[in-house]
Amino acid sequence: MLLRVKNLSVSIGTLTLLEGVSFDLAKGEIMGLVGESGSGKSLTALALTGLLPLIGGRVTAGSLEFDGTDMVTQPKRKLRALRGRRIAFITQNPMTALDPVQRIGPQVDFVSRTHLGLDRKAARARTIALLTQLRIPQADAICSSYPHQLSGGMKQRIVIAMALAGDPDLIVADEPTTALDVTVQAQIIHLLTRLVRERGLSLVLITHDMGVVAQACDKVAVLYAGRLAEQKPVHALFASPQHPYSAALIDCIPREGMAPGSLTGIPGNVASATAYPSGCRFHPRCPRAGAGCDTKVPVQRGLSDAGTVACHYPLNGAPDV
Amino acid sequence: MSEPLVKIQSLSKRFDTPGGFLKKRRSMLAVRDVSLSIARGDIVGVVGESGCGKSTLARLVLRLIEPTEGAVCFEGADLTQLSRSELRKMRQRMAMVFQDPYSSLDPRYRVADALAEPFVVQGQRVPHGRIDALMEKVGLPASLTQSYPHQLSGGQRQRVGIARALALNPDFIVLDEPTASLDVSIQAQIVSLIQELQRNLDLTYLFISHDLGLVRYFCNRIVVMYLGAVVEELPDPGAAPRHPYTRALMASTFAPNPNARQEATELTGEIPSGFDLPRGCAFAGRCPNVTAKCRETVPVLSRGPHPVACFHPIQG
Ligand SMILES: Nc1ncnc2c1ncn2[C@@H]1O[C@H](COP(=O)(O)OP(=O)(O)OP(=O)(O)O)[C@@H](O)[C@H]1O
Ligand SMILES: Nc1ncnc2c1ncn2[C@@H]1O[C@H](COP(=O)(O)OP(=O)(O)O)[C@@H](O)[C@H]1O
Ligand code: SF4
Ligand SMILES: [Mg+2]
Ligand SMILES: [Mg+2]
Repeated sequence: MLLRVKNLSVSIGTLTLLEGVSFDLAKGEIMGLVGESGSGKSLTALALTGLLPLIGGRVTAGSLEFDGTDMVTQPKRKLRALRGRRIAFITQNPMTALDPVQRIGPQVDFVSRTHLGLDRKAARARTIALLTQLRIPQADAICSSYPHQLSGGMKQRIVIAMALAGDPDLIVADEPTTALDVTVQAQIIHLLTRLVRERGLSLVLITHDMGVVAQACDKVAVLYAGRLAEQKPVHALFASPQHPYSAALIDCIPREGMAPGSLTGIPGNVASATAYPSGCRFHPRCPRAGAGCDTKVPVQRGLSDAGTVACHYPLNGAPDV
Repeated sequence: MSEPLVKIQSLSKRFDTPGGFLKKRRSMLAVRDVSLSIARGDIVGVVGESGCGKSTLARLVLRLIEPTEGAVCFEGADLTQLSRSELRKMRQRMAMVFQDPYSSLDPRYRVADALAEPFVVQGQRVPHGRIDALMEKVGLPASLTQSYPHQLSGGQRQRVGIARALALNPDFIVLDEPTASLDVSIQAQIVSLIQELQRNLDLTYLFISHDLGLVRYFCNRIVVMYLGAVVEELPDPGAAPRHPYTRALMASTFAPNPNARQEATELTGEIPSGFDLPRGCAFAGRCPNVTAKCRETVPVLSRGPHPVACFHPIQG
């Protein structure tokens, strides 16, 4: 396993925002991390990239093993070396990665110069090749332009090029296309996943769109209110979701030939971190909630389909209360 | 066929940006020659990407802005010719739900005030019990009438926006991306509410969205826009696309089915700026079927049951 996350908990101040999250990622795998806003996707991304201190957060329990090294106990200096070189991070807003006053070319070159030790000329050749693979027309000309001269979609491609330039093993992408137009979104998701697969890299793709998960990922982890609801291979999740929340999320996407009125959404609102419900945090919104759901926290348990679920009354399994 | 409730005739809107020191004066056509008939009880969808003129069209249809050219008729009366007082009266019959529920609600107004506002604008008293009835219609507890917008969730705010649109019992509502800023789970709630209201209150909708999947689920007729102009009208939501742009939009909608993985679209590039439209077809620069003719001549929307503006439409 390239990545092993075990019982990970994250807090900011006294507030526990992520609790007991576990999943594995093998080399070459693409995992979707999905959930409504506020479910803890970005916090997970920050934990994976060692950037929690940026927002005043810290890991309070569990472990986070990357290629055999525990990232939680690594000194800062070692973490910084891992990030960029072996773990790359793509955020929703490309301007968090781009320097507005520097031309595109040198910014992308910088990654392969620092991490791969390439000289100026080799780095630029690598940059041009990457930009071309990302279907950026006139890569040469783009190298001498500034970020503000490019469209949002183009900037995000540059950020992807920067992520790939250091030849990492793992890419964490936090809603990389949310701010973009639909046709551009589709192009970028296709390009990113294709390049990742061609290189045999691993990708954690954070999204709130079950459609993207179905189209692009090998496996899925579903988060709700800071806890893992269910995780399993993507085909198994869509064929038979076990957690009522996974099922409900899938049913929020209009499908070809869906009967009118069948799209109903999930009642109520996402639980807020300052007032998480007792027991299963999904119980106030859950159509299957029964005895015990409001008092007992459901634990992750194994499934016959190679996944795990945390629910007292899963859709196709034995209840555990 | 009876007279349409709303008839949009050759609407165009030009925006001029004033020139200045070292800046050229520029003008762009945000909406180009759009015509559309909406029958009573219809749900017409408008789809297109950012900047293609959807919100501008919405505001033109309700005459919140003046068209550069063209007309909008409501039950046969040309809105662009009405006097102010006539227009205000007519406005009771039509309403709008805005793209961003946060900026469309005044942060200083409580929910009750926001819902009373349409009556105030019309110089009317709020009928007794009307506010509570509106809250109930959109599935909000009456206890929220004293809350301020920032105390509500995004979904609740959009429900308030819908309640306000319903205040004067309109016949026709323009919904401008009412769910764009919401989580999919809340989007589905709102869409289901909008559908139920349409049935129960016999409403007619113009529903604007950038999400073709959503519009195909929800609308009975679909208009596809690209850079200000209509490129295709799908007569029913299941109709196969004839315009290459519509096909690309369809291929860009990720189906929640891992057993039917889609190929990448053949689309290249991004939407050009409305300030320098290409000479021929506006889509020519990105189109996989482009020929020399496309780059020279502007294709017009064909007539018939399934109109398309393309020299090389996809054959069914
Ligand atoms: N008041 C204005 N002055 C100048 N240009 C404008 C004005 N309003 C809109 N535009 C321009 O007109 C074009 C169409 O804008 P519009 O807001 O109608 O697009 P839209 O399809 O609603 O986009 P989105 O999906 O982002 O909401 C855009 O290029 C926009 O910049
Ligand atoms: N910097 C922060 N300070 C306090 N709370 C935060 C911070 N960042 C995130 N949170 C809280 O942590 C929870 C998970 O947030 P996040 O990981 O950003 O969710 P997602 O990315 O799934 O939308 C939310 O309840 C959010 O309000
Ligand atoms: S544990 Fe109970 S409330 Fe939670 S998802 Fe399962 S059935 Fe629903
Ligand atoms: Mg996030
Ligand atoms: Mg708009």
